[in-house]
Amino acid sequence: MYNLIGLVVLLPLIGAAVNGLVGWRIKNEKVIGIVGSATVGFSFVLSVLIFIEMLGRDALNRLEVVDYFRWIGAGGLETSFAYQVDQLSILMTLVVTGVGFLIHVYSIGYMHGDPGFWRYFSYLNLFIFAMLNLVLADNFLLLFLGWEGVGLCSYLLIGFWYEKKFTGDAAKKAFVVNRIGDFGFLIGLFLIFVTFGTLKFEPLFLQASVMSVGEPVLFLITLMLFVGAVGKSAQIPLFVWLPDAMAGPTPVSALIHAATMVTAGVYMVARSATLYALAPLTLEIVAVIGLLTAVLAATIALTQNDIKKILAYSTVSQLGFMFLALGVGAFWVGIFHVYTHAFFKALLFLGSGAVIHAMHHEQDIQKMGGLQKYMPKTYITFLIGAIAISGIPPLAGFFSKDEILAYVWHDGSVLLWVFAAITAGLTAFYMFRLVTLTFWGDPRFKEHGEHAKHPHEAPATMTVPLIILAVLSIIGGWVGIPKALGGGLAIKQFLAPVFERADRIMALPEHGVHAIDYVLILLSVAIAAAGIYVARMWYLKKPEIPVGLAKKYSGVYKVLSNKYYVDELYDAAIVNPTVKGSRKLLWRGVDVGIIDGIVNGLAKLVEIVSKYGRLVQVGVVQGYAVAFVFGIVFIIFWLLFR
Amino acid sequence: MVPLNLYLSLSAMLFTIGVVGVLTRRNAIIVFMSIELMLNSVNLTLVAFSSFLGDATGQMLVFFVITIAAAEAAIGLAIIIALFRNKQTVNIDEINLLKW
Repeated sequence: MYNLIGLVVLLPLIGAAVNGLVGWRIKNEKVIGIVGSATVGFSFVLSVLIFIEMLGRDALNRLEVVDYFRWIGAGGLETSFAYQVDQLSILMTLVVTGVGFLIHVYSIGYMHGDPGFWRYFSYLNLFIFAMLNLVLADNFLLLFLGWEGVGLCSYLLIGFWYEKKFTGDAAKKAFVVNRIGDFGFLIGLFLIFVTFGTLKFEPLFLQASVMSVGEPVLFLITLMLFVGAVGKSAQIPLFVWLPDAMAGPTPVSALIHAATMVTAGVYMVARSATLYALAPLTLEIVAVIGLLTAVLAATIALTQNDIKKILAYSTVSQLGFMFLALGVGAFWVGIFHVYTHAFFKALLFLGSGAVIHAMHHEQDIQKMGGLQKYMPKTYITFLIGAIAISGIPPLAGFFSKDEILAYVWHDGSVLLWVFAAITAGLTAFYMFRLVTLTFWGDPRFKEHGEHAKHPHEAPATMTVPLIILAVLSIIGGWVGIPKALGGGLAIKQFLAPVFERADRIMALPEHGVHAIDYVLILLSVAIAAAGIYVARMWYLKKPEIPVGLAKKYSGVYKVLSNKYYVDELYDAAIVNPTVKGSRKLLWRGVDVGIIDGIVNGLAKLVEIVSKYGRLVQVGVVQGYAVAFVFGIVFIIFWLLFR
Repeated sequence: MVPLNLYLSLSAMLFTIGVVGVLTRRNAIIVFMSIELMLNSVNLTLVAFSSFLGDATGQMLVFFVITIAAAEAAIGLAIIIALFRNKQTVNIDEINLLKW
């Protein structure tokens, strides 16, 4: 079965090719949608079969590299198109194809009637293909191919409605910011190749595992790789592209900018866990950046009014949590959170898509309210997603978030834990602010009269994926029930061989079950519940409180609602100097002055020389003949008497 | 037997006369004749060497030169006639259109 992994990757590419090449001739949306969804669905079925076979194998015998063909061979560089099937990659493959399939099905309903229907599905399939290359690659170069591929698809899909200027701008912003991260990533790859002479994971990590901890070159490599992860996974200081990326269609936000692509950075760091274990300084940086991002994004999300923007900042914040987990050395917890987050964040985004669909492209939650009676299925599933992300047991988000907090407490520091716990509370608060303003209370849109809105429940192709994702958001976390609650941490056992080398290097003590664990669990649940309660209280019963607070601390409120002025800062510090510098120095100075100057100067020189030189041509034939004769005489003399 | 030097000297003299004629005369017909003179001085050299070296190649070349001279004479005279029809003169000082 392992050999079929190539087919898993190939099927979405076939779907992309079919829809991309002949999709414009197919007038039938159903055919396009089925081709797009079925290819991903088959990929999912195949990866489930591979997963089942893997479970049947001995724990130490589960890794297999399936080598298809030699891709690049130049000098010392040997790269194959080879896929590494192991516990980590199969888990990611399942998430990508599974959630991807649901989102494809959802898109059939959401994109109904769009003139670019075939183009949309072609891009989406291409994305799945690139993402599978990213997670299944057995070397850094193939991973980089997928990395750039998902970046391209992200660009294409953010700017999908390219006739609007702001979507094009958002797409460009995403691409440019990602390039900054990719630049660091590439430098990291060069450093790896120079240091180890290979880009293949297994030989590389084997070589690295005997190096000493804290080697400077490892610090540089891991830092550069992390720069790439920061770009792709929207961490400080490169997170600014993700909120803008919401300009794309909502299912795209769910698939690419919440469930899969943005977690590529987490996957990459976890994949290179051996290298990171050897560079404790980088791990500290990862943890701090992760926590700062989590706090910053959560506080921004408190004041936003655009339903998708809130979810976008929530995604940034949750990604920060994942990096925090990686930073304290709990690599499997980071992946666990990737996995649960994929379910509930995809669910929340798809739910918000259903709301936007029902409200005729209204995204301002201040103009919603009371939607629960109009669209009960969306409401229930959205509520489940919100509870899951808030961290209320026994939903999925609780288990992964609780593990992160526990590991931060044990292997990090109390200070980190305090901030992480506060952020978890803020998460519950802003999610239920969103739920309250959207679904509870009285409608704030016009139900009757002119410009009236008649919200309606979404079609079945949209609600069925919502329901499936809601079920997964409930049960998805049960693979990681902590020991303190009598569980076996199945996912930890499953992933353990992947991180075995890293764990040996870090040599963190195995945590038994302590009383403190129960306290931590109770505390995190209490914080989440408090967040939910306060949000419901403030925005449903006493809406004057948040208004009063916003007035009282208008300075803070302004800073938050303006997203800490980060965009403005970048504009002032980088974008404007670049634009002005390009205009004044590069355009007027270098281009007009120097380059045009050289070209025009040459023309001028020729003109001046010929102005006087042409006077030689007098038109008297005998004059030329004289010159000719003297020339011949001169040459003869020169040949004879030199 | 007449020594080679005399032939060559005669040839050189004829050639020089031709060159001076081309450079100094204003009448196109005379310039044209001077060119023919230069060609024939070369022919004389070729024949002289051919005879002295006992090699027929020189004479063969002379035939080529004569052929080309004939063709050139035809074209040259035709040009001069065309010029005269246009300008009513064959004074080459007055034919100086090809200039800046």
